[in-house]
Amino acid sequence: MLPANRLPALATLALGLMVAAVALVAYVAPVDANQGLSQKIFYFHVPVALTAYALFGWGAWRGLRHLWKREQGADLESYVAIHLGVIFGAMTLLTGSIWAKISWGRWWAWSSDQLVLFLVLFLFYSAYFMLRFSIEPGPQRANLSAVYAVFGVALIPVSFLAIRISKDIIHPVVFKSTGPDMSGTMFLAFCVSWAAMLALAATLYHVELAGKRLDARLKELREALTS
Amino acid sequence: MGLAQEYSLGVIRARGLEKRYGDRQVLRRVEFELPRNGFLLVTGPNGSGKTTLLRICAGLAAPTGGELTCDVGRPSIGFLAHEPLVYRELNALENLDLYGRLYRIRERRERIGMLLERFGLWEERHARVASYSRGMLQRLALCRTLLHEPELLVLDEPYSALDDDGAALLDRELAERRATASFVVATHEPDRVLPLATARLALG
Amino acid sequence: MTYFADVGALARKDLMLELRARDTLPAMLLFVLSTLVVFHFVLPSDSSELAAKGLLWVAILFTALLGLSRAFAAEREQGVIDGLVLATRDRSAIWLGKALAILAFLGLAEIVALPAFGLFFTHVGGGTIAGVVLADVGICAVGTLLAAMATASRARELLLPLIFLPLTIPIVIGGVGASVAGHPGKYLAFLALYDAIFGLVAWGSFEYVVTE
Repeated sequence: MLPANRLPALATLALGLMVAAVALVAYVAPVDANQGLSQKIFYFHVPVALTAYALFGWGAWRGLRHLWKREQGADLESYVAIHLGVIFGAMTLLTGSIWAKISWGRWWAWSSDQLVLFLVLFLFYSAYFMLRFSIEPGPQRANLSAVYAVFGVALIPVSFLAIRISKDIIHPVVFKSTGPDMSGTMFLAFCVSWAAMLALAATLYHVELAGKRLDARLKELREALTS
Repeated sequence: MGLAQEYSLGVIRARGLEKRYGDRQVLRRVEFELPRNGFLLVTGPNGSGKTTLLRICAGLAAPTGGELTCDVGRPSIGFLAHEPLVYRELNALENLDLYGRLYRIRERRERIGMLLERFGLWEERHARVASYSRGMLQRLALCRTLLHEPELLVLDEPYSALDDDGAALLDRELAERRATASFVVATHEPDRVLPLATARLALG
Repeated sequence: MTYFADVGALARKDLMLELRARDTLPAMLLFVLSTLVVFHFVLPSDSSELAAKGLLWVAILFTALLGLSRAFAAEREQGVIDGLVLATRDRSAIWLGKALAILAFLGLAEIVALPAFGLFFTHVGGGTIAGVVLADVGICAVGTLLAAMATASRARELLLPLIFLPLTIPIVIGGVGASVAGHPGKYLAFLALYDAIFGLVAWGSFEYVVTE
């Protein structure tokens, strides 16, 4: 757990990176020859998606630590990471949808692996909340949430593979988004915006965690006073 | 070394045990130690956490605070719950046979037959458990609990639903095992087992 | 080996319960046949055989779901699961025994459903049969674990489809691929991979689902 006094530093870092990323994307990265300005959403969409994966992965890791080592607080950390992961996942769907509208003229494209995968993950992790909130808080809820979170990280690569191999039965490959040849400045802009997203996610994670911990502390205190 | 071993002769030790379900605190700072072949009598009004404490002793629930150590392995614990923990659609023999297999009891059939005989269920052994009366279910549950000769018996209201014969039978069973097993017993009728008890824990 | 003796005893108990109560299997059979009849009216008259083959997978998945939602009903009713958790050396045996029992029910339902599908729609090829066998393993492995989770929650049967369906999307993709592709090998290999990965995760995590 982050010491409380580091949180402002982390928030400042996130803000600085965001400003740098916006500046790099707007002024330094070249305008795409084919897609024009709209391609710039790539610098937002892909880092958000990668950050969502990182959050789901971290949530599963904290879940695993809870099951394995009974680490104090790991359950709450797992939940907060997945909660943020779902928010970043929803942003991925939204930005992807905008990109699809601009590139292909439709709000939804089944041919985009990333979008389909995020739809599956969005459904999966929404069910995580249904599961979690239909169990009384306590060790059992922590266990079931953690097991489900671990299933999530197994589902990500397996679904990705499934969507890939389904191409030849369901959809012809119309668009190859993999491995865009990035120039030096494009790559720099991409990396900085990714770092900015990760820093933003880390900041939000610690803020939410601190809030939830404070809530729990308050409840304990209230109980100690009333009993 | 020798001293430490002697000191840890206890079967169960609970230190600052706490259990909460959501916002409700069920157990608060419970402390006790059950020596080997001891008999802990747990009393308290409804909702004082007797059942919860027994579930923790049996390893079915985890405390949310404090710690409880139990030196008896899970296969050597006999747990009698409110519910008989048997399948309603199977008969008594089939139920006990399943548990006998899982507990890997040698000479399973003989042992099951003997217990059913002793608890007066032999005649009904082929009847579906769903047709049993409440008292018969309790007798079957006792058979299930004692099936594997447990070293630690965790009994939640063992006298509930038993008629006079059944209760007398249980008295004899408990007295007989008193020398070879440790007990944690929760009951509303403490007088019945008070002569056997070595310690008493009042909850709530 | 004693592990498999436990699994056998637990699975045998489920089959015995089914013989007595006949809760699950007749329901699954009737359901899968009703679904196929509904599909006849769902498909427009000139739709391709491929569409019917896709719908077959919907029928299989929902039939499995029906059986799974009752999987731990007997254990829940009387809290028997506590007794099993105490008596079983390795709790994953409870999962494996239950998964095998559900697999048997699902397999029996399909022994009726696949010929019926062939009769009503189009013939069932080797790729489909192999796909169904491999998919059944994954469905039962994951489904049994999730059914145990759903049983522990307040929402119970309501929750199971919500947590189950997203996890079965890869199975549907692999299964449909095995049914309709010219060379089903790739899809069958994928289904086998799914079974291996999720079978292992479910086997390793069941203990935590039934204990605190």
